[in-house]
Amino acid sequence: MRIRYVWPTTLGCLGLPQSVLAIDWNMPVGVTDVSREIHSLHMIIFWICVAIGVVVFGALFYSVFRYRRSRGARAASFHEHTTVEVIWTLIPTLILVAMAIPATATLKKMYDASAADLDVMITGQQWRWRYSYLGEDLALTSNLATPRSEVTGESPKSDNYLLEVDEPLVLPVDRKVRLLLTSDDVIHSWWVPDLAVKQDAVPGFVNENWVRINEPGIYRGQCAELCGRDHAFMPVVVKAVEPERFETWLAERKEAAAQAALGVDREWALDELMKRGEQVYGSICASCHQPDGQGSPPAFPALAGNQTMLNDVDYHIETVVNGVSGSAMPAFRNTLNAVEMAAVITYERNAWGNETGDAIQPARIAELLDAP
Amino acid sequence: MASHLPPGSSAQSHQLETAGTVSDTHYAGPKGLMRWLLTTNHKEIGTLYLLFSLSMFFIGGLFAMVVRAELFQPGLQLIQPEFFNQMTTMHGLIMVFGAVMPAFVGLANWMIPLQIGAPDMALPRLNNFSFWLLPVAFTMLLATLFMPGGAPNFGWTFYAPLSTTYAPPSTTFFIFSLHMAGISSILGAINIIATILNLRTPGMRMMDMPLFVWTWLITAFLLIAVMPVLAGVITMMLLDIHFGTSFFNAAGGGDPVLFQHLFWFFGHPEVYIMILPAFGIVSVILPTFARKPLFGYASMVYATAAIAILSFLVWAHHMFVVGLPLAAELFFMYSTMLISVPTGVKVFNWITTLFRGSLTFEPPMLFALAFVVLFTIGGFSGLMLAISPADFQYHDTYFVVAHFHYVLVPGAVFAIMAAVYYWLPKWTGHYPHLRLSQWHFWLSVIGVNLTFFPMHFAGLAGMPRRIPDYALQFADFNMVTSIGGFLFGLSQLLFVLVVVLCIRGGNKAPAKAWEGAEDLEWTVASPAPLHTFETPPDFTPHRH
Repeated sequence: MRIRYVWPTTLGCLGLPQSVLAIDWNMPVGVTDVSREIHSLHMIIFWICVAIGVVVFGALFYSVFRYRRSRGARAASFHEHTTVEVIWTLIPTLILVAMAIPATATLKKMYDASAADLDVMITGQQWRWRYSYLGEDLALTSNLATPRSEVTGESPKSDNYLLEVDEPLVLPVDRKVRLLLTSDDVIHSWWVPDLAVKQDAVPGFVNENWVRINEPGIYRGQCAELCGRDHAFMPVVVKAVEPERFETWLAERKEAAAQAALGVDREWALDELMKRGEQVYGSICASCHQPDGQGSPPAFPALAGNQTMLNDVDYHIETVVNGVSGSAMPAFRNTLNAVEMAAVITYERNAWGNETGDAIQPARIAELLDAP
Repeated sequence: MASHLPPGSSAQSHQLETAGTVSDTHYAGPKGLMRWLLTTNHKEIGTLYLLFSLSMFFIGGLFAMVVRAELFQPGLQLIQPEFFNQMTTMHGLIMVFGAVMPAFVGLANWMIPLQIGAPDMALPRLNNFSFWLLPVAFTMLLATLFMPGGAPNFGWTFYAPLSTTYAPPSTTFFIFSLHMAGISSILGAINIIATILNLRTPGMRMMDMPLFVWTWLITAFLLIAVMPVLAGVITMMLLDIHFGTSFFNAAGGGDPVLFQHLFWFFGHPEVYIMILPAFGIVSVILPTFARKPLFGYASMVYATAAIAILSFLVWAHHMFVVGLPLAAELFFMYSTMLISVPTGVKVFNWITTLFRGSLTFEPPMLFALAFVVLFTIGGFSGLMLAISPADFQYHDTYFVVAHFHYVLVPGAVFAIMAAVYYWLPKWTGHYPHLRLSQWHFWLSVIGVNLTFFPMHFAGLAGMPRRIPDYALQFADFNMVTSIGGFLFGLSQLLFVLVVVLCIRGGNKAPAKAWEGAEDLEWTVASPAPLHTFETPPDFTPHRH
């Protein structure tokens, strides 16, 4: 049922650019056994509906054309027929039972997340995903990578517009991966159509799903549950690689993470912190507090000229590390490391006309993180 | 039968004289604005409801146009995501609570007393109150657009904690206005039940009532059952926001999923509240223009009741991906699939009503036929959505948006329009302009399909709902949808034109405006005088 070519040709004649012509009309078959089963359930129920539609609409249009008064039709007066009514109650019931059997089998399979080879914790946060490889001491934060200028139309849109991230979730193929989903703030929903996994990430609860990818490749999806302003801008990208490559990648990333966490103990210069902080601010904070620090009150307060924050360093640090309960401000203690937090706090205290001159040292943050 | 009744009230015999009647002379209420503020007359209140609904239909429609304009092509062109979310939310809330529900209540006010031979609604002052709550409620809801932080922006389903901890300050006003709309609905429902159960003309048994009356009776019970649940859930939100409770706040030990269970326990019956009266309207119109009794009257009644009862047992099919246990998924999948059986019975009955009839295609019939076809398409996608494993792919995509718009726009809204075309001669004494009505119909049918059919494809291809910007592979579908949306939106101006022209003049309609019409409303003059059936009409059951 992939009609890939007819429609594009038609549109092509209308002068639409080639880049938008490769369109899909149907649910993807996907790259897991479950996604294939779901696709075939979808096609079965679709064709059942088509068949019923042909009969029902056929009867309707036949009546509409055959029994017009303008063609001299005279009305009969019958108004019930028990046998017919029983039959057309029973037949749909039987069709439904026949449909329910394979659906139940697939659902049971989808709910069996046991005996997984790898556990990944997926945490939704306004508006990014965080992936933790459980037992591996590695966590990644995955942000939208599409530049703002493409959204506003100042630069041309790339092929993977809104479906690209800075840090994809890397998974091994042919391994059963258990996905544990939760959220830091509102409900999100982690969805990759090719994997047929869509599962809500609910704050305070951990949901479970699993995936076993059959083919290496890059699979793209999006957050599916309205989660606030940038709901459209938190894509999911999964990169599936051979298990050996996955092991290599994992080792490299753990090494890199260890490197990045170094330097907690040394004294950092203001310039260094500002430079690092600007990067962190741009990828994490700017989506709410805006690139110019003006925020969008009342939900997201301005940071430029924010006296509460500027007058009280401890409050500022506390807010970034632990968040503000009952508000949209999340805790970053699990998302950023000590260096990143120190850098971004320094940046916020010295950018956009804020001129405190404070250089917050990573050691100070690390102390706070180590405290019970 | 009923020969003991006073003379001059016979429904069957003379039409123009019965016409209702004697009573315009002794009416000397207030004039001008006060007349409408204080009226207790079911026809005037019905008119108020319908006009209110029409204006909300255009306001909600305007919001939809803003949404479609932004989605015309990828990228952010016209509005920012914050405002986009306010538009989708307000569009949904206004259309559900402001346009569709009040339209059906307006039709009930006008037509139920006329169809059962009652002089008015059973509780006329309550009737006045339940209407005038609505303009207050919706003025307040619309006012949130101008408040700091903007209007509600969490979707018409307002899932917590997005609608509590993370909501704009205007949420409190939203809660209050929904409370008022809810009270209005409950009072309206009580009134409708009291009227139907107590004021039927002597000789009219329950199983003699027109289907519109039956479906509204069942709908009214649904309203009374579930509106308090809505009131409860929004009160819990209010407590979470202002009084430090944690019903839906996980940080305080609460459960965000509890919100969804409560909301959909209201929300799913609510869906049927918006479609059962539509079933009734179509069941009245098809026999009229097929000149043949409704096929399977009794099974229609039982099917409606079955749908209403099942509607309490399917709510969690809106929550298949929220993390329900396997047993719950299976239960809600089976119960949801079951709903297609009574719904199918209704469609089969309608088509068999047409079979071997003598059909003509006046505007009400056109809309009713389009209803049968397009509602059934919405039913098919509903059946697909019921298959829980497949719903993991459909959920929260444009496939769902396509589904519920098919059942609500060419479903509920087309039925309301069919009803308006059907009863306009009774209300105004004139037939609606035929050519303009036909233009309105065909433009609406084309517009509605152009708008909502491509949404199926966009959803299957992977486009989530409620996004202001989208990936490039969805661009074509969205452009077609937007063009269709503008066409549909503009063609509704024709509808207003038809209604205005019909009020001001047009071909005169007799008491029995449609040749095949059978029910009691066609025994009173057109336009129906302010007071009708002051003495109960004589009634002879005509078909069962």
